[in-house]
Amino acid sequence: MLSSIWAIFLKDLKSEIRTRYALNALLMFVVVTISMILFATAGEVMSGELLSGLLWVVIFFSAMSGLSRTFVSEEDRGTVIFLQLATRPSVVYFGKLLFNLVLIFGINFFVVIAYLLTMENFKVKSFDVFLSALILGGLGLASASTIIAAIIAKANTKGTLYPVLSFPVLLPLLITTINMTQLSIEGAKLAETFGHLRILFSYFVVVVIASYLLFDYIWKE
Amino acid sequence: MIWKFLLGVYIAIITILAFVIPIGFIPGLGERARIIFLHVPSAWLSVIAFFVAMIYAVRYLRSKNIYEDVKSAASAEIGFLFCFVTTVTGSIWAKFNWGSFWNWDPRETSIFVLLLIYGAYFVLRSAIEVEERKATLSAVYSIIAFVTVPFFIFIMPRIMPGLHPGSKGDPEGAGPVVTFKMDPNMRILFFASLLGFTLVYLWIFKLRSRMEILKIKIQNKIYQEV
Repeated sequence: MLSSIWAIFLKDLKSEIRTRYALNALLMFVVVTISMILFATAGEVMSGELLSGLLWVVIFFSAMSGLSRTFVSEEDRGTVIFLQLATRPSVVYFGKLLFNLVLIFGINFFVVIAYLLTMENFKVKSFDVFLSALILGGLGLASASTIIAAIIAKANTKGTLYPVLSFPVLLPLLITTINMTQLSIEGAKLAETFGHLRILFSYFVVVVIASYLLFDYIWKE
Repeated sequence: MIWKFLLGVYIAIITILAFVIPIGFIPGLGERARIIFLHVPSAWLSVIAFFVAMIYAVRYLRSKNIYEDVKSAASAEIGFLFCFVTTVTGSIWAKFNWGSFWNWDPRETSIFVLLLIYGAYFVLRSAIEVEERKATLSAVYSIIAFVTVPFFIFIMPRIMPGLHPGSKGDPEGAGPVVTFKMDPNMRILFFASLLGFTLVYLWIFKLRSRMEILKIKIQNKIYQEV
């Protein structure tokens, strides 16, 4: 089971490295969004709270532009039936989840570096809070957007529906991570954000378990 | 027929009583607490309706019977309606109690997100043409959406401070249910109103699902006893 998950992940990684479609699109998207923010707020002094909200706006929309790719490309290339023959649905799900996790951590890494370089007022005081918000937020973001991507790949309008369907499901996660990022800028201790950590972690676990149980039905549709 | 007539009379009596019954003194709310007879039952009913929609979604995935999907969608529609009523009444109440129609209290955020979730659910349903595929995908979405609902209804309002009665920092205790000490007759009327709302929900649900099932039967030319 683990080796087949790894095989699916490697397959996706290889085909991604060959074309670099999702990766390039995502990186350009991040650059475009951040420069958009910079142009729109030229000359303004923005507070740290506002910037930490905007950080998650950038992360959310870049995730929305790239994460549906794993399933949509299978539908487009017509390789779904082959995958259905080759392995069990849950294996496909976890392989894709792993790939999306790697992708989202890549995006987060890039976004944060670009953000720290361009936004002067974005000074993180407690890095442990910030880092745990990024990691747990990335886990939750990848888990929910993977299952929504699987749904969207079967619908007629693939592109436009994705953020519409993902946003309400992701909102408890986004509110919590935005709140944590603000706390990290104010310099809160990690112990103070224990409630937030528990929300993020339980969100990830709940969504992954529900997706694992439901993925069979989507995949065989 | 007679039962529906009686239900109309029952709801009318509750509506009149909601305005005239003495409710005792409640600190910080006063007469404005009367919204509890309308606002809270519709909020409960919307969550219950979404829960029923999820149950029917699970049943659809198990049986692949299209009628279960019709019932799931019907319940979600009614839940959306109740959710809308809750949002509007709550917003009007907020204007008089807190001074503005909307101020992103955790409870207001959560009701807004419920509207968003089921708005997206109906968009998804309209985007898929094949009947079985529509049913399966929307069933999965409604289950995924419902497992994140507790984060809004039960967890976030307790962790984040807010103005809504029953939020964190409320001296009467935090919780999904407003727990301030109710006057006995207020308590009775509240539960009577909840019962009335539940009956209205059941009635609309039965009507709506029967109508949609009949539509399917007419389309597929199944002329039998329903």
